Amino acid sequence: MDMNQYLEMFIEESKEHLQAINDNLLSLEQSPQDLEIINLIFRSAHTLKGMAATMGFEKMAHLTHEMENGLDLMRNNKLPVTEQVMDVLFRCVDILESQLADIIEKGTDSTIEIEDTLKKLTSVIEGKPTAEPSSPVQSDSVRAVCSFNSYEQTVIKESAANGKNVFLIRVVLDQSCVLRAARSYMVFNALENLGEIIKSEPSVEDIEEEKFDFEFKMVLVTDSDEETVKQAVLQVSEVSLAEVITIDPAKLETEQAMAEAAAAAATILPMNPVNPTAANSSEKDKPQAAGNGKQQVDAKKLSAGKSVRVDIERLDILMNLFSELVIDKTRLEQIARDSNNPELVETVEHMSRVSTDLQNIVMTIRMVPVETVFNRFPRMVRDLAKELNKKIDFEILGAETELDRTVIDEIGDPLVHILRNALDHGLETPEERIKAGKNDTGRLQLVAYHSGNHVFIEISEDGRGIDRNKILKKAIERGLVDSARAESYTNEQVFDLLFRSGFSTAEKISDVSGRGVGLDVVKSKIESLGGRVVVNSVLGEGTKFIIQLPLTLSIIQAMLVQISDEKYAIPLTSIIETANLKRNEIKSVHGQMVMDFRGRVVPLVYLDQVFSIPRSVPKDDEEENVVIVRKGDKLAALVVDSFIGQQEVVLKSLGKYLSGGIFGISGSTILGDGQVALILDCNALIH
Amino acid sequence: MLDKQELEQNVKENKYIVFRLLDEEYGVEVNQVRSIERMQRITRVPRTPGFVKGVINLRGVVTPIIDLKTRFGLGEENYTETTRIIIVATDEMEVGLIVDSANDVIDISTDSIEPPPEVVGGIRAAYLEGVAKLQDRLLILLNLDKVLNSEELQQLGGMEK
Repeated sequence: MDMNQYLEMFIEESKEHLQAINDNLLSLEQSPQDLEIINLIFRSAHTLKGMAATMGFEKMAHLTHEMENGLDLMRNNKLPVTEQVMDVLFRCVDILESQLADIIEKGTDSTIEIEDTLKKLTSVIEGKPTAEPSSPVQSDSVRAVCSFNSYEQTVIKESAANGKNVFLIRVVLDQSCVLRAARSYMVFNALENLGEIIKSEPSVEDIEEEKFDFEFKMVLVTDSDEETVKQAVLQVSEVSLAEVITIDPAKLETEQAMAEAAAAAATILPMNPVNPTAANSSEKDKPQAAGNGKQQVDAKKLSAGKSVRVDIERLDILMNLFSELVIDKTRLEQIARDSNNPELVETVEHMSRVSTDLQNIVMTIRMVPVETVFNRFPRMVRDLAKELNKKIDFEILGAETELDRTVIDEIGDPLVHILRNALDHGLETPEERIKAGKNDTGRLQLVAYHSGNHVFIEISEDGRGIDRNKILKKAIERGLVDSARAESYTNEQVFDLLFRSGFSTAEKISDVSGRGVGLDVVKSKIESLGGRVVVNSVLGEGTKFIIQLPLTLSIIQAMLVQISDEKYAIPLTSIIETANLKRNEIKSVHGQMVMDFRGRVVPLVYLDQVFSIPRSVPKDDEEENVVIVRKGDKLAALVVDSFIGQQEVVLKSLGKYLSGGIFGISGSTILGDGQVALILDCNALIH
Repeated sequence: MLDKQELEQNVKENKYIVFRLLDEEYGVEVNQVRSIERMQRITRVPRTPGFVKGVINLRGVVTPIIDLKTRFGLGEENYTETTRIIIVATDEMEVGLIVDSANDVIDISTDSIEPPPEVVGGIRAAYLEGVAKLQDRLLILLNLDKVLNSEELQQLGGMEK
């Protein structure tokens, strides 16, 4: 039976099950007595086992089988849910994830070592405590880690002859680093400023796709000295080790020859000189056994062929072409109706159905729910909280909020930064919290939502808050702020100092400095996406980071309204409800028209006045149609002539010329008839 | 030898799109022009200066439209059959200019372009690249970067943040 056709399905389902296990393990940790959760985990593990066995992935099946054994004991109350058990289970999930990654890549059973974890698992099941073997990062001879082909050797020789330095740089990332590809990219960037990277291991493509564990190597040709290079790498946060070794071209040749001889000798199981203790590292470096090598390549090709990476720009073009098509479609429909030709009408109707479906697909291709980034955070927060001995109640809201693909790809890294900061520096230890009269469990919240032409992501905690005086003191010390003017700074300005690079490089000193580590990187990343980041903080009560991200292209649900001859779209996310007001229900307070909305006094905003909309026919004043919108907990009632209806609209910018921002307008959209309608920015309309 | 070559390069010819505002003829370099469109329905954008007529849907791209006559203070809009929208692009910015008519493309050699006089038909010299003298006509060449300066747009319109 050809399994390849099922591979894709297997991968997708396994991913879902793994995510489910991860999520459920997290909830189990919260309520260890809940049998139902253990059952859920058991079922996922069981299904995984079955699927893996059917597909012939023996190692995966083996591991899940052992997990199942443990879980079975747990649900029969024979094994208590202890911290140790949880740790091993989490470890198993991690390994299953890397196994799956291997399968995705190669299409065959993973070669990742599972013995270690299996042993631990069985011993935990049997109730024996295990000592955690430490895994120090080993510093090997660099030469042994990298081999060069003749071309690379020539380049190295020539560069050395030209008086340049050739360094081999080994970079090891923190074990807690979540976005390894992004980190390595930053390392690459830093090094590229210094010289030319002529080689990297694994290849740049593999690194970009995160096909490495925690370390990678590269060869840099540069004018800078060893120390500069080392510092450049260490500047990137979450880099735990940077080893820089000068490559001597003369030595290289003899050593290369030796290395080759050694590699040829070790045919069966080539030694892995990099990091023998890291069980799941460098599998990709190992040459495949000659027998099944070919087969594996074929399988990989098959699974890789099912998805295509597309340049976002091409999607833009597709999108614009499609808008044209939609307009023509509307015209054709009109013509068909007028022509009374049933065949034409039928064809056009069919065409519109097809194009509606097509439109949906085209529009959604670029949109991805932030969930894809968010769903790895609960685990990260859990691990970090454990490490820091803090109690944390982590909540995610609005994970279904969709964001442009390009933005999604970039936003994870800054979020990790801020979350880590919040956990590490924002939230207090349980003892401190109790001393401060708070609940011992800190609250950490990650919220995403749409507003107009933007997506907001907020990270808030109820920790110790930021002391503005400490920041100012530090800023003055560093010469960032003039002490005479410091007092007049608004809180916003003060907190903004945290994003200065001067702060981020600050080491230790007080609880303030930690707040700034890497925040300059966060800020520049967000700004490079065209977004903004703001900090709000109340000393003793907590801190909130608000990230505002633009949507280069997005679809939102909107309510179309008409005022005189003009049509406007109001994002549904801002709307609470619509209402019809009688003249006598409108009151005046200090000249401001207001209405009573369930006991609240809500100001009326007359859009025709705000936007100076010309009227050819005077309006009937007997009744007013209003749309009640909110911004935070503030409300306003927008007065319109009539409601056209709710529909999905594609957000479009107003073009660079008008990018300065127009009061009350956040963007535009193209309606089915080809007309442009403006989208209201409710946030701006509410004072 | 070399001097002569340089000289020849300096007097190279550029193609210009010629359009009309009232009685005067203007030119914009053809490589800054994306297309010429007929007049169509424009969606008004509130709280912008009077010369910003609004936005149109230009093949799926929402494009701002400026009335060039109003921009230059040359009088009221008066759209007729010949009215055209010239879509120009500078600095990744696409804007449509409403003009009275557009119907010519001509070659102008660089040596026939003279610096702009202080005032031409009420237009500030800052907006002008120069004036090209052809046999019997005078062509006012626009400096689009200046005309489409969006900082100035905000100052002029007092657009509210």
